[in-house]
Amino acid sequence: MASEAETRQVAASTRAGWLLSTPALVLLAFGAIGPLLIVVVYSFLLPGKYGNVEWGFSLDAWRGILFTRDIFDDTLVLADAHLSIFWRSVKLSTLTTLFTFAVGFPTAWFIATRPQKQRAFWLFLITIPFWTNLLIRTFAINEIIRSEGLLNTLLLWLGVIDRPLEIIYTDFAVFVGMTYVYLPLMVLPLFAAIDRFDMRLLEAGYDLYASRWQVLRRIILPIVKPGIIAGSILVFVPALGAYVTPRILGGGKQMMIGNFIELQFGQGRNWPLGASLSVTLLVIVTAALLVYVRFANRDREVNHG
Amino acid sequence: MTAATQSMIEARHTVKAFGQGDHIVRALDDVSITINKGEFFTLLGPSGCGKTTLLRLIAGFEMPTAGHILLDGVDITDLPPNRRPVNTVFQSYALFPHLTVAQNIGFGLEMQGRPRAEVAKTTAEMLALVKLEPMANRKTSQLSGGQQQRVALARALAPKPKVLLLDEPLSALDLKLRKEMQVELKRLQQETGITFVFVTHDQEEALTMSDRIGVMSAGKLQQVGSPKDIYTRPVNRFVASFIGETNFLPATPVAGGLQLGCGAVVEGLTTAKPSVTLTIRPEQIRITPADDAGAIPATVTSLVYFGTDTHCHMALSDGAEVVVRVQSPASGEAGVRTGDSVGLRFQPAAAQVLED
Ligand SMILES: Nc1ncnc2c1ncn2[C@@H]1O[C@H](COP(=O)(O)OP(=O)(O)OP(=O)(O)O)[C@@H](O)[C@H]1O
Ligand SMILES: [Mg+2]
Repeated sequence: MASEAETRQVAASTRAGWLLSTPALVLLAFGAIGPLLIVVVYSFLLPGKYGNVEWGFSLDAWRGILFTRDIFDDTLVLADAHLSIFWRSVKLSTLTTLFTFAVGFPTAWFIATRPQKQRAFWLFLITIPFWTNLLIRTFAINEIIRSEGLLNTLLLWLGVIDRPLEIIYTDFAVFVGMTYVYLPLMVLPLFAAIDRFDMRLLEAGYDLYASRWQVLRRIILPIVKPGIIAGSILVFVPALGAYVTPRILGGGKQMMIGNFIELQFGQGRNWPLGASLSVTLLVIVTAALLVYVRFANRDREVNHG
Repeated sequence: MTAATQSMIEARHTVKAFGQGDHIVRALDDVSITINKGEFFTLLGPSGCGKTTLLRLIAGFEMPTAGHILLDGVDITDLPPNRRPVNTVFQSYALFPHLTVAQNIGFGLEMQGRPRAEVAKTTAEMLALVKLEPMANRKTSQLSGGQQQRVALARALAPKPKVLLLDEPLSALDLKLRKEMQVELKRLQQETGITFVFVTHDQEEALTMSDRIGVMSAGKLQQVGSPKDIYTRPVNRFVASFIGETNFLPATPVAGGLQLGCGAVVEGLTTAKPSVTLTIRPEQIRITPADDAGAIPATVTSLVYFGTDTHCHMALSDGAEVVVRVQSPASGEAGVRTGDSVGLRFQPAAAQVLED
């Protein structure tokens, strides 16, 4: 009797749960899955002359990701330019993730170990960049690092250098910009994890003969790992598809996947290629996440054994 | 300093001050103490008296403001905690949540760089010692309070430290478990022969478990001695009242003894001070009939039943209050009733003269 009533109750609450999440599900269906399907379909069509697509099945767009037709003899050759764009995207996103972690971890630790009253202030400082538009912030960086910009003027004036440093429109400039833009996304989840960390465990570690490095390696990092995973994902995924930062700080040359996709939908007038590239980006992100999460959970599985 | 020293820990004129300027707190105020090898030493005192601070100085988590700490004859004042052969059982246990029970226990050995086989062997021994073999591969969050307590103990004992520090390790446990763990702790101490420094503010716990007790108050060490010493020969009012129940009676020296406020003279006790306090435990006083000529006359004001014992509150002729503890007779009534006139007697040797 009781269990029957219980079952009914569970069923009712499940129904209520579904009902409550209907708006979100509808939004997901129309906002995410719908466009994604359109993109997948477009990637199998022919490019229109003035943009858009022509209805007709073709694998050209998928072939176009890695190969390009030689202009003279029409043979397929490996598209080095495309590969270097993929490589740059993965490289810069990985570097950005690693560097934001290297900088973000001490920052998050610092904030989490402040007295309760001061924390809100420091967190507030971290979120200030969110207040202005990304475009404006990126132009500000541009203003600092360009050839006649603030940094070079200052260094020239100080006599540290005698020719302007060529930072702008390099991979390095993109890396600096992305690190700046995505740092808060690393700091906030790390802070949340460190905030929950029981500082008394540090003393327990030192008491049991661990050095500072061992305490960090064997106690702090494993315990705040969920925060590290969350922060890395929050930085890596948008960095891989970044558009504004490489556009403004990398110029036209140092393209990343995001700019390359935009190019196909704009000047390139090859919507199917743009679509197939978008799907590829999605696949790369998913694969990277799967590998990463697998890797991150390995210790835990070993511990269970 | 002789090599064959008896002392395991020696604190010399240790001062620990927190804060600055007007807000300075002297958590330890010139404490000197010697703890012997292989002894179960208890620090006892009210909240805020500096017990934890002294323990943290020995462990190395705090640096003394002044003074020195010696371990086995070596000055360790400047050694960081990870280089002191001293382990702590934390009040909060502070078990590593990401490790299993066995990994927690093996942690210290691993950090010392012991070979894998030795770590495994010692961990197994420790698991057996605290009777947790079936839990070896569980996460510590899946254990009960008492089990977590035992993991904390095993973890601290595994590296075979010279000294084990325990800061109120039993305070989070319920009464029954607490009694069990008291026995268990005592057993572990005797089996391992490791010097235990145990902190508690429970006087009964201190009396039953310790070889010696150090009673602290307001950052100062008041008295160090065996439980019996501390109980029967308290050196001052604080120690006498903090440990067990007792009676305080003002007294002045007269020829042949000390005279109480009511006029009765306790023979055989002397003092150089013009006025002192006599302390006598409630169980050391006997009730005699009212017509007992040599006894101190008193009136029963109330009876409080405690199960095995009954506390008889008495008033002496000068109004001073005295509590006498008698075994409750089978009928559930003490031999006396409220309002009765009785006589009180005690051995002068059972009383202690306090000069403060
Ligand atoms: N980090 C600190 N900063 C400032 N004051 C402190 C600090 N640690 C301890 N104190 C003060 O030192 C005194 C002694 O503290 P301690 O923790 O040693 O007491 P305790 O005897 O362990 O008390 P309890 O039985 O409540 O644990 C207290 O007055 C406390 O407020
Ligand atoms: Mg304490």
